[in-house]
Amino acid sequence: MGIMNKNKNTYWKTNLKYLAILLAIWFTVSFLFGIVFAEYLNQFMLGGFPLGFWFAHQGSIYAFVLLIFVYVYLMNKLDKKYDVDEL
Amino acid sequence: MSTQSWTYLLVSITFLIYIIIAIVARAGSTKEFYVAGGGVNPIANGMATAADWMSAASFLSMAGLIAFMGFSGGQYLMGWTGGYVLLALLLAPYLRKFGKFTVPDFIGERYYSKNARLVALICALFVSFTYVVGQMKGVGVAFARFLNVPFDTGVLIGIGIVFFYAVLGGMKGITYTQVAQFCVLIFAFTVPAIFISLQMTGNPIPQLGFGSKGTDGVYLLEKLNLLSKDLGFDSYTSIDRGNLVNMFFITGALMFGTAGLPHVIVRFFTVPRVKDARISAGWALLFIAILYTTAPAVAVFARTNIINTLSNKSYDEVPQWFTNWENTGLLSFEDKNNDGKIQYLADTQLNELTVDRDIIVLANPEIANLPPWVIGLVVAGGLAAALSTAAGLLLVISTSISHDLLKNYLRPDISEKGELYAARVAIAVAVVAAGLAGLNPPGFVAQVVALAFGLAASSFFPAIILGIFDKRMNRQGAMSGMIIGILFTASYIIYFKPQLGGPGLQENFWWGISPEGIGTLGMILNFVIALVVSRLTPPPPKEVVELTEHIRTPRGAEVSTGQAH
Repeated sequence: MGIMNKNKNTYWKTNLKYLAILLAIWFTVSFLFGIVFAEYLNQFMLGGFPLGFWFAHQGSIYAFVLLIFVYVYLMNKLDKKYDVDEL
Repeated sequence: MSTQSWTYLLVSITFLIYIIIAIVARAGSTKEFYVAGGGVNPIANGMATAADWMSAASFLSMAGLIAFMGFSGGQYLMGWTGGYVLLALLLAPYLRKFGKFTVPDFIGERYYSKNARLVALICALFVSFTYVVGQMKGVGVAFARFLNVPFDTGVLIGIGIVFFYAVLGGMKGITYTQVAQFCVLIFAFTVPAIFISLQMTGNPIPQLGFGSKGTDGVYLLEKLNLLSKDLGFDSYTSIDRGNLVNMFFITGALMFGTAGLPHVIVRFFTVPRVKDARISAGWALLFIAILYTTAPAVAVFARTNIINTLSNKSYDEVPQWFTNWENTGLLSFEDKNNDGKIQYLADTQLNELTVDRDIIVLANPEIANLPPWVIGLVVAGGLAAALSTAAGLLLVISTSISHDLLKNYLRPDISEKGELYAARVAIAVAVVAAGLAGLNPPGFVAQVVALAFGLAASSFFPAIILGIFDKRMNRQGAMSGMIIGILFTASYIIYFKPQLGGPGLQENFWWGISPEGIGTLGMILNFVIALVVSRLTPPPPKEVVELTEHIRTPRGAEVSTGQAH
């Protein structure tokens, strides 16, 4: 029982670590690149797009989709490792 | 074939498909009625969620709004997609493991309180009802403008269709019609965009097209910036510095609001396993992103086209679509200097052209000279978007009444059959009520949508997150957080919305935050108060701590009944 609880604890801590990293990226691509630093980034061009504008209108959305799929991959692996996955 | 015949044909075909699906997918139990039996494939659920989420506003109004806002329009693009990251990472898997039917279910059990359930129930009803009225209005407008049916008849046809498949099929019927509606709406939105992108830039992918060079070898955005500046408007891609704080808060309120909207959350109760709930949110956002990354391209194409076709052109030579839209009153020209030419300028004293933002998506195919069937397709798509969102919202309303109010509050001894019957009656009443409100919408409906997002962000979102991630969170903390969050947000919105009778002036906004963005602050306030109050009051009972433990790991979701094991 003690070992089980300790396992569950590390499982949860790893989950929280993943969340912190992924949500930091979520915040950076939208609130920082798309709003706060958009004016600075607009001096760089991505093809015909000023970069800050691109993050606000395109890039952040692509990043959001990727973040979810990365999270799913990481969590499925973690569930298996700690033997809490579904059959 | 004329535009109108094409529109009739395509709308009839799509409606017939929805009706056939409804007959095939009838619901036989409350589990089928509330959560489609809980066995929906995650990709199908992703499509249904996407259709559920993308409303008449996303389909018809958003691109037009962005076309006239430029860079700042990004708040809608990021705000209405970013919430799915929060849903996937922080809410969906845990709520699926919890394994009940509704959001008030979770609030009521996690905070061991009937009153908490009631507060959640009232919020869910308010948020969903204001939202659904707007959809019904959208159906009426689309019918009136393209099928030459009076507005009222249009709303009645909409009521009839939704009534049929929602009452018959519940969540099961709604889910599978939403899958079909997603296919219709995404096809209808992207096909014209692809055509126009090819025409203007030679690139068939709109997402790349609006960053490419036009036929004259100049980057499209560069050209639009120049055109805008020449007419006195702000450059399209440049940042409005004075509005950045507000944009930050609005983006936040829309994201946290999305993650707290009951009709979106319940979609994740319909999949079989926790891992399906996670991946399903990924599919949902991928499908939503197809529309949300195309919309800004449509905005740039439309804005450029309007300036090119109309600015400084002689009024006698305007194309046919201009006259058509003039007749609806949504486009107007007033020759102030009597030179017979259209002056489209930022200066309101000199400007002679008024364009309603809502017509951009509908008029775009005509402006770009696309064949008549494309226009019919866009109308069918707009109707699919409005109907699918309306159905999802109506289900939340009926579930709240039959399950949360009747079964879990007023008459716990009601039989399964009685509850199913009550659910059907509740959804029937809700459809008719929403339709009647849509026929005669109070002028403030559009304004109240801001309130819906603000309330979802400042009430449900923190209460659910804390219920999962903070084992020490108790009834006292969550309740005071929710109530103060709601009161603060609602007061600010009502005070600063002249349309709701508020006396507040724009120059008195706190840090320049408009009512649309205040939900972010309300949410922070809710978190702070809940954390402080919970630490000063007794911890939650042991079985609630065990329930919180239980929902944190996926295994055992199939047999979960919401009780701690």
